[in-house]
Amino acid sequence: MKQQQFEAKYRDEWQLFEEQLERLESANSTDTNLSNFASHYRKICYYLALAQERRYSPHLIDKLNGIALRGHQQLYQHKSNIIYNIIAFIVSGFPQHVRKHAKLIGLASALFYGPAIIFGLLVYFSPSLMFSFQSPDQVADLVSMYNPENNAEAAQSRDSEEDLVMFGFYIRNNIGIGFQTFASGILFGLGSMFFLIFNGLALGAASGFLSSLDYDIPFYSFVITHGAFELTAITIAGAAGIKLGFSLLNPGLLSRKQALIIAGRESIQLVYGVMFFLLIAAFIEAFWSSSSILTPTVKFSVGSIMWVGVFSYFYWCGRSSKPSQEELQ
Amino acid sequence: MLDTYQTLETPESIDLELHLAGPVVRMLAFGIDVGIRAGIQILVAMVLSIFGQVGTAIMLIFAFTIEWFYPVLFEVFYQGSTPGKKSMGLTVIHDDGTPIGWSSSIIRNLLRFVDFLPFGYIFGLIAMCSNDHFKRLGDFTAGTLVVYTAPKQAIAPIPEDTPMPPPIALTSNDQRAILGYAERIHDLSPERQQELANHLSFITQAKDRDNIIWIVRIANWLRGSK
Repeated sequence: MKQQQFEAKYRDEWQLFEEQLERLESANSTDTNLSNFASHYRKICYYLALAQERRYSPHLIDKLNGIALRGHQQLYQHKSNIIYNIIAFIVSGFPQHVRKHAKLIGLASALFYGPAIIFGLLVYFSPSLMFSFQSPDQVADLVSMYNPENNAEAAQSRDSEEDLVMFGFYIRNNIGIGFQTFASGILFGLGSMFFLIFNGLALGAASGFLSSLDYDIPFYSFVITHGAFELTAITIAGAAGIKLGFSLLNPGLLSRKQALIIAGRESIQLVYGVMFFLLIAAFIEAFWSSSSILTPTVKFSVGSIMWVGVFSYFYWCGRSSKPSQEELQ
Repeated sequence: MLDTYQTLETPESIDLELHLAGPVVRMLAFGIDVGIRAGIQILVAMVLSIFGQVGTAIMLIFAFTIEWFYPVLFEVFYQGSTPGKKSMGLTVIHDDGTPIGWSSSIIRNLLRFVDFLPFGYIFGLIAMCSNDHFKRLGDFTAGTLVVYTAPKQAIAPIPEDTPMPPPIALTSNDQRAILGYAERIHDLSPERQQELANHLSFITQAKDRDNIIWIVRIANWLRGSK
């Protein structure tokens, strides 16, 4: 069959298919009559194959290629119930992923808490070390933040609207740090390790220095509750990043390219959990930890319950259900 | 062959052609997005500044969302294109040609942070220039490609002329070349039309305009005009 006959014979079908594609591609598609889409699409594939085989002109092949590609995009798209997926992820998916990567998260925790404890003790016993880590201005800021006298004054002037601003600030700042800790892991894990160690040093420096000034109660009572979520989230973000880097260093039987894609798919599940935890942490930090009405005793008790809660969540949740086959897409 | 086409075999066993987008056009698209993003941020900041501290809080959360999720939201809800990509005719798809979803889009956009290092997307650019799919690190990790969307142009008509059978047997590649020439003839300058057609002088024993007419007539025959 010559090209002109071919075009004349099937042009109407292509036109119809293109119209259907345009309806499907527009955001608010009301076209519910999709029963013939698949068969239409198969026919278009057939016409494209014929046109290629018969060496019809490039323009015709490009045109058919274009609509076949668009059809392919429509047919093979993945539509999932996002609300259901999020709930299923929180209830079972996230703890399952954490358990699966327990060793890696252990490594990340060692990289984070190890420097924190060592540097914390060093700073506690010789506080001047603090100034090798932070400038005097930063140290002064830190001290005034946890000075019990300042705190009482500040607390009175601070209203709920300011809490809200801090909530926004914590979201932007902390989740941003979580994302950076994860993403930089692709540099063979080094970036994540850097962020883990650096943040560990910062935590150790602050707690060591403030303890040496006897500001330990305001500091620890502030940190303990949201720390259960925030510190855990940072170690998980680091573990997810290290997983990316390790997939490049040790791809096993896969090609590096393939290993990286698979590691990315798994580690993003951990990152979803990190986001979830950091949102909770930002909320607690802004509205609970900073509250001056609550006594340190209350904060320490609730904070301990949170730590126990987080670990029980990771240990117990999602054990009965089968490993989620359908990942959060 | 050195080109930017990538063939993809689908389950229907046809070969779809993907036209990969290179660094320059992607940088232009990114530039447009940066502009749009800055515009939105300023506008929202101006509006929210009326609402005092509550406004500041919302603005911070909004800034966070825009900073990290501007491309994600557009890629997921807007056929794989941010406004910048759309204006350059680009879209993001999976390696297997399927539309991009939440996970892949979040991965490829979170890794922008590393592609940006040490400054100005240097890592991303090095990565893009060192593989044949123009992938930056985010594309590698998410398994995605940036391609040109299918052109929506109509078939250019081959100029009508009396069909003439070719004097010699043409291979299928020759046929495609002749048809391609005849379809593109409107886009070429007269000088270029003649220059290309004159490659056939040793067959046609003619020159310039006569050669063009000769090719168009053969193209008409190949296409099946009567």
